[in-house]
Amino acid sequence: MKDLLSVIMLLGIYSLLSACFFVAMDAVDVAFTEAAVGAGISTLLMLVAITMTGREENPSRHKPALALIVVTITGSLLIYGTLDMPYFGLAQDPVHLHVAPRYVNDSMQEIGVPNIVTSVLASYRAFDTFGEVVVIFTAGMGVLALLSVVRRPKDIVIDSSKIDSFNKCMHEEHLILRIVAKMLIPFILLFALYVQFHGDYGPGGGFQAGVIFAAAIILYTMLFGMNTARRVINQSATQLFAAIGVLLYGSVGVISLLEGKNFLDYRVLSTDPLAGQHLGILLIELGVGITVTAVMVIIFFNFAGRGNDQQNKENSDS
Amino acid sequence: MIMGLYNYWVVVVLMMIGFYIVIAHGNLIKKIVGLSIFQTSVFIFYISMAKVDGGTAPILAEGIKQYSNPLPHVLILTAIVVGIATTALGLALAVRIKEAYGTIEEEEIQEKDNLDC
Repeated sequence: MKDLLSVIMLLGIYSLLSACFFVAMDAVDVAFTEAAVGAGISTLLMLVAITMTGREENPSRHKPALALIVVTITGSLLIYGTLDMPYFGLAQDPVHLHVAPRYVNDSMQEIGVPNIVTSVLASYRAFDTFGEVVVIFTAGMGVLALLSVVRRPKDIVIDSSKIDSFNKCMHEEHLILRIVAKMLIPFILLFALYVQFHGDYGPGGGFQAGVIFAAAIILYTMLFGMNTARRVINQSATQLFAAIGVLLYGSVGVISLLEGKNFLDYRVLSTDPLAGQHLGILLIELGVGITVTAVMVIIFFNFAGRGNDQQNKENSDS
Repeated sequence: MIMGLYNYWVVVVLMMIGFYIVIAHGNLIKKIVGLSIFQTSVFIFYISMAKVDGGTAPILAEGIKQYSNPLPHVLILTAIVVGIATTALGLALAVRIKEAYGTIEEEEIQEKDNLDC
């Protein structure tokens, strides 16, 4: 397919289908994340990217025969390798015999949170999750370093009367979309907060909530324009928030170190170990949520801002 | 009972589709699309391993004996969000390459590099 727009739309549909597959495989938390990330944010980012890189693919001068041979050989070797694998869905598979029984049987006594995925994510493997949050933060900083406009031309001083007139003419174009979005955005934000704080008891948590929160902000930006959104959301504040999330997570770990326990051992946070676990999970999920929201917003703003600047440049050239 | 392995075959087919897109296409955006298909096939591999017949979602409730394995879910949950962050980084690189070379086709970039030497 030569049209990249339809390629990206198909990728979005594929992500949504795989989210459905994850529900069928009992992985509700994963399905939630895949639906919000794969079908939502990633499709959007790719669309913004192709507005800058061009929508058409040049016809390839490669001969695909060599690639096809390599792929067939690798694929058949991999399938030969699966012949020794344990069968699908059996409870005696080796993967279910090692750590998982402890998580399933003891997590209620040790952590006191019904959602096992949350207790593994935020307590048993909290150090691992800390690493993931740092990776997300680093990727956000990488996008910032690659795309942020260093020399800001002086003529892009935000003129509020200009924005208002722009808004007025946009109002006639996307009137229904804007009114519906204005009604929906508070509920999207509320739902994100629900997902954030209900992650202990049902599917949800910081990662999903962060993405949904960012999606609401991005929806606002798309409908009301970058300049309006820049008045609402301060860019340097967003960068500060991305760092605050990681710091909040790390400082919970440092507190437990100072109390003489292991890094990220929440039992020291309260006299009752279970209450300490609850408080610890709440705090680090909050840290994760803040960082994910801020990084997603940073990434989108940098992509969209660069596209706008390019358009402005072309307009002034012509 | 060789049909009990079909979940791995689905994963291998998806993985090879992604791999083919990465090596056969010169367009950088398409390469990123191929990588994300590859990535999803790995997610499906982990999640299908976690499934237990007759199990339910790993949220503790009264009267349920069998749960699916929660550990792969945790690993993939974080991998998805890290995946979007790295995809964004790749797209940012593609945008910068477009600005520097005026194209995102691999061969044209190579030609321009050879001219410079």
